Amino acid sequence: MSALAHVAGDPAVSPAPPAPETKKRGWTAYLLLLPGVLWLGVFFILPLVQLASVSLQSRYPGFPGYYYRDLNFENYVSALTDYAPHFARSFLYAGLATFFAFVVAYPLAYAMAFKAGRWRNLMMICVIAPFFTSFILRTFAWSQILADEGPVATVLNFLHLLPGGNIINTPLAVVAGLTYNFLPFMVLPIYASLERADPRVIEAGGDLYANGFTTFRTITLPMSMPGVLAGTLLTFIPAAGDFVNMELLGPQQGKMVGNVINDQFLAVPGGYPVAAALSFTLMAAILVMVFLYVRRFGTEELV
Amino acid sequence: MTPIPRRRRPQSPPAAALAAAAGGGLSRRALLGTGVAAGAGLALTGCAPPEPPAAGGIAALDLPTDVSDTEKTLKWANWTAYLDMNGKETRSPTLEAFREQSGIDVEYFEEVDDNDSYYAKVGPQLRAGQDIDRDIITLTDWMAARLIRDQVVQPLELIQMPNVVSNLLQPLKDASFDPGRLHSITWQSGFAGIGYNRDKVGRELKSLDDLWTDDLKGRIVVLSEFRDTAGLVMQSQGVDIESDWGQAEFEKALDFIEQKIDEGYIRKVKGNSYMEDLTSGNAVAGITWSGDIFVLGFDTGDPSWTFTLPESGGTLWSDNLMVPITSTHRRNAQRLMDYYYDPAVAAQVAAWVNYVCPVDGAQAEMEKIDPDLAESPWIFPSAEFIADNNVQQFRVLSADEDILYADLWSSKVMGN
Repeated sequence: MSALAHVAGDPAVSPAPPAPETKKRGWTAYLLLLPGVLWLGVFFILPLVQLASVSLQSRYPGFPGYYYRDLNFENYVSALTDYAPHFARSFLYAGLATFFAFVVAYPLAYAMAFKAGRWRNLMMICVIAPFFTSFILRTFAWSQILADEGPVATVLNFLHLLPGGNIINTPLAVVAGLTYNFLPFMVLPIYASLERADPRVIEAGGDLYANGFTTFRTITLPMSMPGVLAGTLLTFIPAAGDFVNMELLGPQQGKMVGNVINDQFLAVPGGYPVAAALSFTLMAAILVMVFLYVRRFGTEELV
Repeated sequence: MTPIPRRRRPQSPPAAALAAAAGGGLSRRALLGTGVAAGAGLALTGCAPPEPPAAGGIAALDLPTDVSDTEKTLKWANWTAYLDMNGKETRSPTLEAFREQSGIDVEYFEEVDDNDSYYAKVGPQLRAGQDIDRDIITLTDWMAARLIRDQVVQPLELIQMPNVVSNLLQPLKDASFDPGRLHSITWQSGFAGIGYNRDKVGRELKSLDDLWTDDLKGRIVVLSEFRDTAGLVMQSQGVDIESDWGQAEFEKALDFIEQKIDEGYIRKVKGNSYMEDLTSGNAVAGITWSGDIFVLGFDTGDPSWTFTLPESGGTLWSDNLMVPITSTHRRNAQRLMDYYYDPAVAAQVAAWVNYVCPVDGAQAEMEKIDPDLAESPWIFPSAEFIADNNVQQFRVLSADEDILYADLWSSKVMGN
């Protein structure tokens, strides 16, 4: 799973592989690393440095949209004080979406790995198929499906199951949208680790008089933990920074931090530094949360 | 069975370095100092932000050499549904005629979706003097004011544009953001007011207060352009938006809008995409632009879509053609601007877009195309119509106000 490489910390970037055996072999290894290192340098490190630099700039007085170099930590203070609720909301919605994606994805991945038989490939295509259309278009489609006069709301209203009268423009629609959009990122890693599990080990659980649930709890689930860990990270991280679902499906009140960043960048003349500071803070917060999470639930190896 | 001691995982090199640095008896102050030093290093490493414009004004700038005589091309960025189109909406008859007449090949881009996002995209390039590959861009008054202040548009030679000089409506010649129209020419104007579906609402809406009723709760959209939405609310609060109001009046209007969002009356604050909410039925009324509602009625075949100005008044805005500072085809651009100020051509455009036509004499030409449209006050408003309905233009904001009010709007209304 190459997509997992950055989550796990790309081995390509960690410096100095332990004691190369010969000089010649060392050189080849470094040469092979070069494209990857260049790529990371140009498209990851440089933009990050630029973003950090912008996050400390100040507005040029009298000229909206112009900045000068500075050490304005005030940007971070205002990012944290003005937009703390937005951070909390982002993490809450991303957390809920991750939880629901897990609840849906685990049985699906389990079925694909152990029960699907000849349907496995078809199921796999169904999981991947949404990637053939753009993320934005799919979210737009949901905004049509969930619209007040659309099929879902009409049926639910007819059955009097919708107290507020509408689904779209509620936090529920946002969490549902996030869950839907990142579901494949949860299914695929779990499937990959379940599919590799040795069925004989699971059989052995039965031989040792464990019932189905105990076997699952003590054997299958632990074996799939690397996949679950990867899946939750791949879902939570992009979901926490997402703004499209909130923009298209969410309410006017109670935006996520991604929307604030978008707004500061595009709509406020002179908003670049605060937007950059918000982005940096978001990145740092996610990093800390992921670090604690991996410390707590991490296994020795990812996948 | 003895438990196997869990091996402590080796730290990654950066983490190990950090732990060594933190654990090595480094005091908090020293750590803070290191942080500030690292910040200073970062602040200096990034690309330098562009310098603000010099005091000399646009007239003192060096313009790129104009190659219009040899290169008969022109690239025009405009908003959607803002030029006459043939039945399949693939070609514009007036643009075709211009090509025949002048030999200039015009590439037309419907790429402006929103003033802010368009300028956020091209602004940094223009300020750094990089070509944006467009020769005409079309933006609203206040944004035009910002471009002129940033000195990223070229001065226009009015002497090359006799139609513009003689046919631009008198009130527009005095635009406060560009006195004498040296840098921008009006493309179309329009009203902001109340747009609604009379059948679905079930009654006439005459004032903004008519929107805040229980049956319309959560079914109202308003524009994300604060000059229109806050402008209309300020008018309803008795503010003369053309005169010298200040932050207190603006904040009062924003508090009102925020309250209406919190109470659930206003469902969404949106840019051009508010039309989707009206078509999908999520919203049945709102603060909208005039031409959009006529187009909506035409597209859906539903005659109950109505546009009206609230009793307290509405706003009038214009979109303007400008030549970016990097363009080398200014002469070609001026020919096109002059061409669209021919009354017959202007009438053809107005008959399609249904916005306010800025060209004197187009009304007489419209009689030949569609006598009903020639009578429409939404396309050819008389001075009395403007005065009777208290139609006003949001006053031009100073640079500092521009930032302050956009910030307030963003924090109170857009992302609360």
